Amino acid sequence: MPTDEWELNRMLHAGLVTVPRDDALVRMRRAASEPVWAQALIVGIAVTFLGVFLILPLLTVFAEGLRQGVRVYLAAVTNAEAGSAIRLTLLTAGIAVPLNLVFGLAASWAITRFEFRGKNLLTTLIDLPFAVSPVISGMIYVLLFGAQGLLGRTLAAHDIRIIFAVPGIILATTFVTFPFVARELIPVMESVGSEEELAALTLGADGWQTFFRVTLPKVKWALLYGVVICNARAMGEFGAVSVVSGHIRGLTNTLPLYVEILYNDYDFAASFAVASLLTSLALVTLVAKRILGGKVEPAEMALREGTQTKREAA
Amino acid sequence: MSIEVRNLRKSFGDFVALGDVSLRIEKGELMALLGPSGSGKTTLLRIIAGLEIPDCGSVHLGGEEATGWSARERGVGFVFQHYALFRHLTVFENVAFGLRVRPRRSRPHKEEIRARVHELLELVQLGWAGPRYPAQLSGGQRQRVALARALAVEPQVLLLDEPFGALDAKVREELRRWLRRLHDELHLTGVFVTHDQEEALEVATRVAVLNNGKIEQVGAPEEIYDRPATPFVSGFLGNVNLFHGRIHDGRVYIHGTSVAVEDGNGVHIEGERAMIHIRPHLLEINTAPSTKGAFPATIRHINSAGTRVKIELTSEWGDPVRVEMDHERLRSLGLKPDAKVYLSPCEKRAFVYQI
Repeated sequence: MPTDEWELNRMLHAGLVTVPRDDALVRMRRAASEPVWAQALIVGIAVTFLGVFLILPLLTVFAEGLRQGVRVYLAAVTNAEAGSAIRLTLLTAGIAVPLNLVFGLAASWAITRFEFRGKNLLTTLIDLPFAVSPVISGMIYVLLFGAQGLLGRTLAAHDIRIIFAVPGIILATTFVTFPFVARELIPVMESVGSEEELAALTLGADGWQTFFRVTLPKVKWALLYGVVICNARAMGEFGAVSVVSGHIRGLTNTLPLYVEILYNDYDFAASFAVASLLTSLALVTLVAKRILGGKVEPAEMALREGTQTKREAA
Repeated sequence: MSIEVRNLRKSFGDFVALGDVSLRIEKGELMALLGPSGSGKTTLLRIIAGLEIPDCGSVHLGGEEATGWSARERGVGFVFQHYALFRHLTVFENVAFGLRVRPRRSRPHKEEIRARVHELLELVQLGWAGPRYPAQLSGGQRQRVALARALAVEPQVLLLDEPFGALDAKVREELRRWLRRLHDELHLTGVFVTHDQEEALEVATRVAVLNNGKIEQVGAPEEIYDRPATPFVSGFLGNVNLFHGRIHDGRVYIHGTSVAVEDGNGVHIEGERAMIHIRPHLLEINTAPSTKGAFPATIRHINSAGTRVKIELTSEWGDPVRVEMDHERLRSLGLKPDAKVYLSPCEKRAFVYQI
């Protein structure tokens, strides 16, 4: 017998199984469900929407990338310029993500474990990069470090290049992706509470031991989850990076910028081929997110349920 | 190790949790901090443990000033109200935690840790539970794991925050007796917080009663129960009947009925209006006015379920009065609701307070 309700319903309609008309289960479902045409309409709208706005573009990216054959596709993603864009993207994410991992941990630790003046301000400021348009984030860096900027002269005197160079890209990316880890950690650390940390303290553990043995094991899934989405954004960031990079081919092009350049050059096949790399990253991220999201939830639930679980006979 | 706190004050915003509290706990004592919620008892315990910093005042452990010491330097065992077990570690690892985090020099050998943890788990009757996780244990079992974990670091002082608060009545009773035994065996100095007067009187060697951030009275359980220093203490430790009267010549007069007052218990407030607390079992019921002072009252309700009979009455002047007696006495008096009876307080057992 099918145990799934939906499956049972489907089989009932198809006449594959018959159930006495007065079956309580059937009556209950009848009472709760909408007319068939309404169901069909709602499902139809949802499927059409998904298809047109999500699945079709996704398929288009891969289809366009492969339109001129596998050879062109491979050439587009393996040539020197693409290689340098990939390397720069990996380098940027490789620096921005660990930085934000540390920042995020420190910020959420400070916010959930201490009472201090300006705590609300800090909590609000963490969201600033979400609130500001990425283009403006990039502009801020140009105004600060650019040739005509506030620190421009000093930097030029010491021959330090930030804008239109790799450091600017890394700075802008770090800024834009700052909230992801902290936002993910704060609610989890709040719900976990600090009692166990205090217990560790009374048992003689020092700050590091408490962090590594008590705090970290409890927030690790949330932390990893935050890192995954932080990474996705770091690799995919366009606006802020576009402003500070200067689009120097082979030098300051990240993958998203490279896609745009190829597209503007009417090199559609190559553009879509490189775009498919980013799309694949998105798909991998979604899968990772799904897996980790599943781990964060039960872990949190187990923590909350702590007080009321099954008993064991002594 | 003795514990002493001097002139502790602690506020949380506008709320005064402790207002000038001083208390000395001798080595080997098991002290109960008893009080209603918000009385500051938990704050006091956490300050002793170093988990809370007082606004002013000092903490002394074993005669040494310890106010500035951190929680890990104080070497006290702390059992949290909700156990605070490490949920991601097994029971064995929970108990071993305090030994594993020691600096390399003083950390026991692996085998030693194993032996010590097993010994402690046996002590709390959970030898079988080592590989389990806290979530797989009942409340009472978790409480005992928390205790074993605190004892693992061999503290000289054991602090327990509402140790039996979250447990059902039967388990609580069992753990109380067990804690008392453990204290006798290990000769620890112990302090526990409770809002349950029965628990405090039964388990502790001395009791400190707190109210509104101040200590109302400190003393042995009998002392606290028999000679409550303030109306709050007498009311918090058990049911009392409240009367108003005057004091004259060593006797207190309640609506024309006089009763002798024990020396030193309010007699100095000669001629003043006074508040008199009398426990329900210290009021005697008679069906006829006796030669002793007695005042009339009408029986409203008789509840004879339980070991003692509880009778609710209304005094002649309209106040509710509660009396307790044994079943035999009820039978011999043949009391029925609405009967008119006479109440006489036991000599020298009333608590008298100045208003």
